[in-house]
Amino acid sequence: MPLSSRHLLGLDGIPSDDIKLILDTATSFREVLERPIKKVPSLQGKTVVNLFFENSTRTRISFELAERRLSADPVNMSADASSVRKGETLKDTARNIEMMKIDMVVMRHAAAGAAHYLSQVVRANVINAGDGAHEHPTQALLDMYTIREKLGTLQDVNICIVGDIAHSRVALSNIYGLRAMGAKVSVCGPRTLIPAEIDRLGVRVHYDLDEAMAGADVLNVLRIQLERQDRCFLPTLREYSQAYGVTPERLARAKRPIVVMHPGPINRGVEISADVADGEHSLILQQVLNGVAVRMSVLYLLGTAN
Amino acid sequence: MNYLLKNGRVIDPLTDHDGIADILIVDGRIEAVGKNLKAPAGTEQHDLTGVVVAPGFTDMHVHLREPGFEHKETIETGCHSAAAGGFTAVCCMPNTQPAIDDPSIIRMIIERAKKVHQGVVDVYPVAAVTKDRNGKLLAPMIELAGAGAVAFTDDGAPVADAEVMRRALEYAGMLRKTVIQHAEETSMTKGGAMSEGFVSTALGMPAMPRAAEDVIVARDIHLVRSFAAQYHVAHISTRGAVDLVRTAKRDGLSVTCEVTPHHFTLTDEAVRSFDTNTKMNPPLRSADDVEAMKEGLRDGTIDVIATDHAPHSYDEKEVEYVYAPFGIVGLETSIGLSVSELVLPGILTIAQLIEKCSVNPRKILGLPELRIEPGARANLTLFDPAKEWIVDTQKFKSKSKNSPFHGRTLTGKPLGIFNNGVLFLS
Repeated sequence: MPLSSRHLLGLDGIPSDDIKLILDTATSFREVLERPIKKVPSLQGKTVVNLFFENSTRTRISFELAERRLSADPVNMSADASSVRKGETLKDTARNIEMMKIDMVVMRHAAAGAAHYLSQVVRANVINAGDGAHEHPTQALLDMYTIREKLGTLQDVNICIVGDIAHSRVALSNIYGLRAMGAKVSVCGPRTLIPAEIDRLGVRVHYDLDEAMAGADVLNVLRIQLERQDRCFLPTLREYSQAYGVTPERLARAKRPIVVMHPGPINRGVEISADVADGEHSLILQQVLNGVAVRMSVLYLLGTAN
Repeated sequence: MNYLLKNGRVIDPLTDHDGIADILIVDGRIEAVGKNLKAPAGTEQHDLTGVVVAPGFTDMHVHLREPGFEHKETIETGCHSAAAGGFTAVCCMPNTQPAIDDPSIIRMIIERAKKVHQGVVDVYPVAAVTKDRNGKLLAPMIELAGAGAVAFTDDGAPVADAEVMRRALEYAGMLRKTVIQHAEETSMTKGGAMSEGFVSTALGMPAMPRAAEDVIVARDIHLVRSFAAQYHVAHISTRGAVDLVRTAKRDGLSVTCEVTPHHFTLTDEAVRSFDTNTKMNPPLRSADDVEAMKEGLRDGTIDVIATDHAPHSYDEKEVEYVYAPFGIVGLETSIGLSVSELVLPGILTIAQLIEKCSVNPRKILGLPELRIEPGARANLTLFDPAKEWIVDTQKFKSKSKNSPFHGRTLTGKPLGIFNNGVLFLS
C-alpha cells in the first residue's frame, strides 16, 4: 500500500493510515541501523537534492544519512553557496536542478508554504524539511515514532508542547500528526507565544507549566529563540526559564511519569535544564536516532512508489 | 456621432428613475430620454434590451502604476481595463515612482489619459498627503488641487504620525478635499502576509491583526471629531472599523469608507491554497468580517465599492507567498462580483449598487454629479445584470493578470461605457 500523496509537504490533513505506514516502515529501518552494514539498496540510482535555504546542520545530516543508507545519491545545496543570493527565484532554481534529472527534493525554507509552491513547479517528489513556521513533518513523525516506541501507542497519550508555539513548525506538525493518531495535545507557553485561535486545532492551551504538566505523559520542549525579546514576545530569558523551564524539581512534582523530548538544538538552562536533558526522563538522543529511520522510511515510500 | 440606445433599463438614483427607456445622445449630450424615441438620420443605434444603463461608474481606488512601474500597468492599459470593467472614471493612487506629490505629475497623468481611446475614461489623480509619501512633510495641496488632484492619500502606507494627520485633515479640509487613509498601524503588521486568526495559525503564516486597522480608524475619527474635516477610510476590511465608521456617521462626522469586492467575497480560507493572488493589504479577513462588510453595505455605513486595482507582473507574484507583493487587479471583475455577491443575494438593489459605484464616490470627491436626463452630458455605464460569464484573466485588458477569481463564474457583466462623446463597447 503506497502513501496517498507523491509528496510529504505536511501533516495537515494527512490520513492516519499514511502516518501508520511511515512509522511501521521506520521500524524496519531502525533494525537496519543496528546492523554492522547500515545500508540497503532500495533507492539505488535515485538522486535526492537537499535544498537548504536555511541553516540546519542536524536535519540536513539526518536526511543525508538516510539517503546514503538507502543507496540514493544525495546532492547538497545550501543557501550560502546558492544562486539565490544572485537573485534567482525559487522556481528557477528548482527547475534548473530538475533538468539535471533528479528524483526527489528535500527542502528547508524560511517561507511558510514554500514546499507547497515547490511541489507545483517541479515534477520530483518534494519532502518538506521545514517551511517557515508552518510545518516540519519529518520532525513530528520522528517525535511520534519515539513516543510510540516508548509508550507503545499514541492513542489517548497526553502530549504537552512547551514554548514558542507561535513561531514553531515543529509544534504545528506535531499537533496535526498527533491529533490524527488519536493523541491528546496541549500547548503551554506565555500568551505572547501562543498563536491566535489555536484551540480550534483541537488543543488545550495552558499558560502555567505546572498545570500543563499535571495531565501530561510527554513534554515536547521547544527551543526558545533568543531574538524573541526584540519584538516584545518575552521580557527576559531569565524570567522565561523560571516560568517555563523544564527542571528536575518540576518533574519530581508531577503526579505521573513524564518523558521529555526536544527537537534540538538545546539551550541548556533556558527551556530545559541540563539535568533533565541528560537525565532518565529524556528521549532526546533517541529522537535523533529515530530521525534517520523515519526519514529513510519517508524517502523509501515516496521514492519507490513511482 | 449621435447615438440611440434603445430599450435599456435606465436606472438613475439621483433622478429616482428606474424603467425601460431609450436614450438619444447628440454631440455627447443626452438629447432625450423616453419611449420609442426617433433617431435623426445617421444615428448609430444599439438595442439594449435586458441591459442596465446607469450613470458612469467611478472607481475611486485604482493603481495605474505610471510613472515608475510601467511593467505592471500604464495609464493606457489601465484605462482600457477600466473601460472593459464598465468604469467611466478612475482615481489613480499616488504610490508611483516618483510619487504624485507634484502638480507636473498630475498634469502628465491627465494629459496621457485623454489620449487613450479618445479619453473615454476620465482619470482623476489622488495626490500624496506627504512629500514622497514619507509621512513627514505635507505635499503642496493647494497646488496639487489646482492641477487636478481630487483627494489626498499616502495609500500603500498610512499617515502614521497623528500630528501630521491632524494638519493634513485641516489643510485638505480647508480645500474641501477628503483625506483618504490606508488604515494600518504598521508597528503591528511588520512582516505579515495575511490576517491573523485561525487560518494564519493553521498555516504558520506571519500575520497582521485586525486591530492594526481598527486603531488607526479610531484615532483618525477622534481627529475628525476635534478638527472638523473630510475623512475616508480606504479598503475597509474589519468589523471593528465598520462599527467605528457607523458610530462616526451617527455622530454627524464627515467620515466615509469604501470596501473592495474581494473583501466582501473572499475570506482568509482562500489563503490555504498559498495562491499569491490571495495576498493583498489589507488581507482577506474572517467570515465574520465579510458578514460585517455586507451589513455595512446594506445599512449605508459603507458608502463606496472601490477595487484597489493593484496590478503586479506575473514574475512578481510567481514567488513564495511571504515574498509576493500585496494586491490584485480588480477593475474587470468588480461589476460581476458586486452583482453576484450583493445584488443576487438581496443585500443591495441595483439602484443601491449604482449609488455605491457612481453617486457616492463622486460626491465624496466633489466630482460633477451625473444625471440621466435631457441636457446632461452623457456619462453612462452599461451592464447586463443577468449575464453569466467565466472569468478568464488572459482576456483582461489590464497589463497584469493577478486575480484570484480566474475561472470563477460570475453573474453581471459590463458591456460598455459612454463618456466624453465616445461609445466604448466591450
